[in-house]
Amino acid sequence: MARNDVLVSADWAETNLTAPGLVFVEVDEDTSAYDKGHLPGAIKLDWKTDLQDPVRRDFVNKEQFEALLSAKGISNDDTVVLYGGNNNWFAAYAFWYFTLYGHTSVKLIDGGRKKWELDSRTLSDETVTRPATTYVAQDQDLSIRAFRDEVVASIGEKNLVDVRSPEEFAGTILGPAHLPQEHAQKGGHVPSAINIPWSKAANDDGTFKSDDELAALYGAAGLDTSKPTIAYCRIGERSSHSWFVLSQLLGQADVKNYDGSWVEYGSLVGVPIEVDAK
Amino acid sequence: MTSCGAPDQSLPAVVAAGATLIEGTISQAGSPVSGAYVRLHDATGEFTAEVVSSPEGSFRFYAAPGAWELRALSPKGYTRGEITAAVGVNRAELVLS
Repeated sequence: MARNDVLVSADWAETNLTAPGLVFVEVDEDTSAYDKGHLPGAIKLDWKTDLQDPVRRDFVNKEQFEALLSAKGISNDDTVVLYGGNNNWFAAYAFWYFTLYGHTSVKLIDGGRKKWELDSRTLSDETVTRPATTYVAQDQDLSIRAFRDEVVASIGEKNLVDVRSPEEFAGTILGPAHLPQEHAQKGGHVPSAINIPWSKAANDDGTFKSDDELAALYGAAGLDTSKPTIAYCRIGERSSHSWFVLSQLLGQADVKNYDGSWVEYGSLVGVPIEVDAK
Repeated sequence: MTSCGAPDQSLPAVVAAGATLIEGTISQAGSPVSGAYVRLHDATGEFTAEVVSSPEGSFRFYAAPGAWELRALSPKGYTRGEITAAVGVNRAELVLS
């Protein structure tokens, strides 16, 4: 997997907005951004209502994902081009999610919605509908998804990469600083985890740093490239961003995203937690 | 479960006891700047959070006491500022040049 296979520039996207076989998809937690203006022709996916089970904490199942993509007008042979707000957190999450269900061709727009806006490129508020399809998903590829038991068993064994901010890693705060503090029961991090905030992989405009910069970043932080890796954050979306960097841009083998992340781990009874001395 | 999305920056804040808020507005030539990307960095320059300013130019972070840096990117320009926050509500005003 090479950068050019999975990452496209805003220029490329603008040039290819109407190209056949491409479906542009904006993915956000807050779809009001899409409703106010989106890439011309792009459809939207709601991180929560479309991709999460409405009752349990889990993803929609294979049949629900098939129904969703069929209704949205996405075919198995379409190339899905993802972008979104929050520095592509949710778009990277969707990239991982589409990969989990076996979609063949997925790309991410470098810099996402932010770069597009900062470039003052065209946004459209037109309603976009596509003819329905009959989408067939694969069973979840669990080689890229980690669950809590594997995380506990990986302490001191695999690379555990905590991609949250240093304050969250230390246990000083429980969630990102733009949200109220209302999350896991306990603060801190999984013992033996290294802290490589997702933001270090991105430039201020939301684009990814170069492969050389990224390799240097993870190397300096102590990532052992000979070992499997599990990335986590608070709810699994920022760690999708880092999963994308490690597995898709840097070609690291055996990288999983722990989507349960700190909201689950920090509320488990009996598991070990480390906090940084203040 | 609240996600890491983009909370509405226009709504009044609910300030829990002991919480530390950093909030303010971003403007240019006296007019509020909406849609600016306002970033909170810690005292070492480490990125901590980012929000998009409201139609009134408002932004808000739930942080911790200490020194912070604010940076704002917009198609209209760039600016930065510093603030030392204490428990309670801390105001920060950003002006795009």
